[in-house]
Amino acid sequence: MTTKAQAVLDWVDARFPLTSSIKGHLTEYYAPKNFNFWYFFGSLALLVLVIQIVTGIFLVMHYKPDAALNASGIPAAFASVEYIMRDVPGGWIIRYLHSTGASAFFVVVYLHMFRGLLYGSYRKPRELIWVFGTLIFLALMAEAFMGYLLPWGQMSFWGAQVIVNLFSAIPVIGPDLSIVIRGDFVVSDATLNRFFSFHVIAVPLILIGLVVAHIVALHEVGSNNPDGVEIKKKKGADGHPLDGIPFHPYYTVKDIVGVVGFLIVFSFIVFFAPEGGGYFLEYNNFIPADPLKTPPHIAPVWYFTPFYSLLRAMVWPLFGLDAKFWGVVAMGAGVVILAFLPWLDRSPVKSIRYRGPIYKSLLTLFVIAFGILGFLGTKPPSYAFFGVIPGAPVAQLFSLYYFLFFITMPWWSKMDKCKPEPERVTG
Amino acid sequence: MSVDQKMDGGRRQLLLATSAAGGVAAVAVAVPFVGSLTPSERAKAAGAPVEVDISKLQPGQMMTVEWRGKPVWIINRTKEMLDSLKKTDELVSDPNSDKPQQPAYAKNETRSIKPEIMVAVGICTHLGCSPSDKFKTGAESGVSADWPGGFLCPCHGSTFDLAGRVFKNKPAPDNLEVPPHKYLADTKILIGEDGKA
Amino acid sequence: MKKLLTALLFTPLMALANGPELHLDKAPISTEPAALQNGAKLFVNYCLNCHGASYMRYNRLQQIGLSEQMIKDNLMFTADKIGEPMRIAMQRDEAKAWFGAAPPDLTVISRSRASEFGSGADWLYTYLRSFYRDDKRPTGWNNKVFENVGMPHVLYELQGEPTAKINEHDDGHGGKSKEIEIEAPAKPGKMTAEEYDHAVADLVSYLVWMGEPMAETRKSIGTAVIAFLGLLFVLSYLLKKNYWRDVH
Repeated sequence: MTTKAQAVLDWVDARFPLTSSIKGHLTEYYAPKNFNFWYFFGSLALLVLVIQIVTGIFLVMHYKPDAALNASGIPAAFASVEYIMRDVPGGWIIRYLHSTGASAFFVVVYLHMFRGLLYGSYRKPRELIWVFGTLIFLALMAEAFMGYLLPWGQMSFWGAQVIVNLFSAIPVIGPDLSIVIRGDFVVSDATLNRFFSFHVIAVPLILIGLVVAHIVALHEVGSNNPDGVEIKKKKGADGHPLDGIPFHPYYTVKDIVGVVGFLIVFSFIVFFAPEGGGYFLEYNNFIPADPLKTPPHIAPVWYFTPFYSLLRAMVWPLFGLDAKFWGVVAMGAGVVILAFLPWLDRSPVKSIRYRGPIYKSLLTLFVIAFGILGFLGTKPPSYAFFGVIPGAPVAQLFSLYYFLFFITMPWWSKMDKCKPEPERVTG
Repeated sequence: MSVDQKMDGGRRQLLLATSAAGGVAAVAVAVPFVGSLTPSERAKAAGAPVEVDISKLQPGQMMTVEWRGKPVWIINRTKEMLDSLKKTDELVSDPNSDKPQQPAYAKNETRSIKPEIMVAVGICTHLGCSPSDKFKTGAESGVSADWPGGFLCPCHGSTFDLAGRVFKNKPAPDNLEVPPHKYLADTKILIGEDGKA
Repeated sequence: MKKLLTALLFTPLMALANGPELHLDKAPISTEPAALQNGAKLFVNYCLNCHGASYMRYNRLQQIGLSEQMIKDNLMFTADKIGEPMRIAMQRDEAKAWFGAAPPDLTVISRSRASEFGSGADWLYTYLRSFYRDDKRPTGWNNKVFENVGMPHVLYELQGEPTAKINEHDDGHGGKSKEIEIEAPAKPGKMTAEEYDHAVADLVSYLVWMGEPMAETRKSIGTAVIAFLGLLFVLSYLLKKNYWRDVH
């Protein structure tokens, strides 16, 4: 580096921790050298967040949160989306990037969370990272839900109607609460405008703050790895972990491969299947919102359906309260229970590599349960597998399993026959 | 462990190739985003050429039509008004319309196709205000005692003569723009299209 | 690990259709300019009286090979500027009184009609060939795909006037199931059955094109993007390999 550039850098460093931040988070952040495929999804989630923010900024320039009908009898919000798709140069690419990005966000985040389950990334000392992570997931769900109202199509409208009505199940304050959320007695222009505000300002701010907290906490304690052993325990003469390598350049060049690989799949959807078979852009959402006509079958977007199934599984009133209330409780608990995972798991080892058969089989079943709950959530309650096995009891069974997996974890995780963890990572 | 010290030839080439390809990708990504900032089909449709009937425009009168959201003036100049242009020749900063503020067919003494009919975009070339017409001459105009007739921009005091030429030493740098236009008939002008573009 | 992935991959296979079945014919749609132009002509003549296409600008028809002058002379009945969208003069409240519901805007109709039973094109293609005479309906028409539809059979002068045999039989659960069998038009129209199917296919091709006029551009850009990313992938992989030589 030339002396002049060095002088400028010194001037900045005396006033702002530039060099030390780059060192602390990149060039001298020592990450375990044995990261595998599953470790791409953290940086990919960050990439998708950036895609969503940038495309979102450009969409807001043309979108209008207005439920009033225009001269052709189309709600202005719906028309402005088609305006973006047709009249704005390049608008369709930006919109498809954003709509595909929403689904991609959840794909990436679900895989990222699953990685945590595989390798015990939530265990001590990473409890707070995990808790921040579940808060990010919660914020992401709110963000996606409110964003979904904005195109003001039939699914936007009725999806929001149903979800907001869930809050009315809360005893005493519920009915008033749902009116306050909507700002009206039905989902209306007032609802659209406040969801727009939350979607573009409030929730993204919270999300970014949580993401920063998530990464700061991670870099404080250091990354876990597929062996679940702490690399900081074995340090070399230079004081760096023996099994650690600097994040930059090693993981930057590796993550670039992951990013390009992801972008290939992502571009394939954006350019060849932006509707995602009706799962990413639902067909009914190409019909403008009509408060007088419910579509015959409303299903949430795919990433909400596992939790929607938990909601629908509760059909019995308990303790003098409606089944509807318990459904809401089940759905909320389904998300919140994730945050308790660090304290539910009592296994002596972290990684699935050294866990016993109990964890391996129960986790497999958990993934199957989550998949089936997600699938059934896209179907009407009357759905039957192959036309014979009724879906509703299956959903109830798997919902029960979903919760039992967590609630009974303190016992079975201790009982499991684990293999001894190695001293060093195995590569 | 410094990267620079260990950089071998192969790595340097790969790094350059990947960065170059990445740079190309970044530029390609920027295309739709920058494109989305340009006028949309709706804006273009709204900015389509405008037909104007000037059969009722009396000598000495001016009319304003909207084209692309901007005021376009059409002035039917009298003989006296045209004569005043000779006097202002030495007072304006670009008397021969050398700067490309008009199509080639309006680069003449009167800055117009037909000498008496002036067509100009009524937007001051300084900061975009719309000047007001001051056709009366002399002190009566309220501009100055030796005012030859023209336009005064209320924002920063730029003045233009009756061919839209800016007077010397005024904030506005250029003459008023003459939009592309053509005569569809003797008294019918199409503004926004000249059949040449 | 593999087991988990396999389990995830196979879940969608269980997505067998449930609920009322809808049998749709596969629409033989095309992206050829000739078909789209014919479809545009049919659309403007038969649909655009009641249905608008309020996000579709006339000048976009140049994309299917029509010149500005041809559009102005042959297709523009409802607007006077080429950049205007395909609006209609009909008042929405009047339309509601006549048909029971205001006719929907058709710009993106092909995208909204897709379902697990078939694409939006399949639905439209089947729908437009499923009208039959029904004296019980205010318009005198009914439709097999869209029962009790408010829209009359606007293409009847082309197809003729099909009738239907309705067979009701007990479904064994105390209810009745209805089977509608459409019969060849008693009064023939201007077209033979094949010609009519062909015309409807052209019209549906146009509706699909109008639903997403940039669909073909999208795919061609996509091919270039993915090819380029493939190159970038190889480069970045080699770069990663090169750096990771040092890691043991």
